[in-house]
Amino acid sequence: MSIYLYILVMAGVTYLIRMLPLALATKEINSNFIKSFLYYVPYACLAAMTFPAILSSTEFLISGIAGLVVAVIVAYKEKSLVVVALCACAAVFICERIIVWIA
Amino acid sequence: MNLENFKKGLKAGIPIGLGYFAVSFTFGMMAVKGGLNIWESVLISLTNLTSAGQFAGLDIIFANGTLWEMAFTQIIINLRYMLMSLTISQKLDKRYPFFHRFFISFGMTDEIFGVSAASSGKVSPFFHYGAMAVAIPGWTLGTLVGAVAGSILPNFIISALSVAIYGMFLAIIIPPAKKNKTLVWVIILAMALSSAFKYIPGLNKISSGFSIIIVTVLVAALAAWLRPVKEEEEAAS
Repeated sequence: MSIYLYILVMAGVTYLIRMLPLALATKEINSNFIKSFLYYVPYACLAAMTFPAILSSTEFLISGIAGLVVAVIVAYKEKSLVVVALCACAAVFICERIIVWIA
Repeated sequence: MNLENFKKGLKAGIPIGLGYFAVSFTFGMMAVKGGLNIWESVLISLTNLTSAGQFAGLDIIFANGTLWEMAFTQIIINLRYMLMSLTISQKLDKRYPFFHRFFISFGMTDEIFGVSAASSGKVSPFFHYGAMAVAIPGWTLGTLVGAVAGSILPNFIISALSVAIYGMFLAIIIPPAKKNKTLVWVIILAMALSSAFKYIPGLNKISSGFSIIIVTVLVAALAAWLRPVKEEEEAAS
């Protein structure tokens, strides 16, 4: 089968999923339950995507843990997104260099 | 005003672009290794702008799967975007014309959703455009470099960059949780449940995209039921 057909279906389905709620839900939702639900969605969703996935995103488990701990601390200090992201990267980098150096 | 929002979006998009580069680099490498050419790999990234969905899509292409299989897999893995778009539909500044919704939906990724949902008050479509202006090139160029260069970037660089996205997620959810105890419980419960879906035999058969929807819906509904948000709290978020 043509690769372009696959890509068309993939991209088309993904776009529709993203577009339909935005195009259809134009009115303000009044239900307090739905409003509260949508208020909590980002926190539940981003938390679920971060953990435990962060632990297996790096080369070693221990460097994933280092990245997680550093990110939590720096985020708790309310530093900007870029700073938190870079600190987590640096923690992973340093941790893995140490592991390689020891081994 | 539009330019200002666009710039804010650009700034929020920097860590996103950085993290995307690492992930899509891997995607480009895998796509070429599996038999696609460079152009096809880049085209997938440019038109899909999603990670899990693209990796799953590659598997189906390589296995010569049916188009139905492709469509169904994308729906399951990417269904979470419906929740995200629904959330943003309520947050979008109503003063902007309707057509913007068709463009920002193309860029509704986990990360852009995250920074948009976390921004205070109503959100302008130009904030989304700003973030997309960094995120889309990051995702597409990462794929291109990965497809061309194969394994030229050493593993430890990829490893360090891969964590950027998670760092950013934490930077989004942790500060508001300092002032709101319910959010602390929402975060802990979501992480615990998502671990259960990854490690408990049986539960770990459910795809990661689908388990994220289940966890999100369960936890957000529970929190909304036990701790409904008052109007002023929502306005402050």
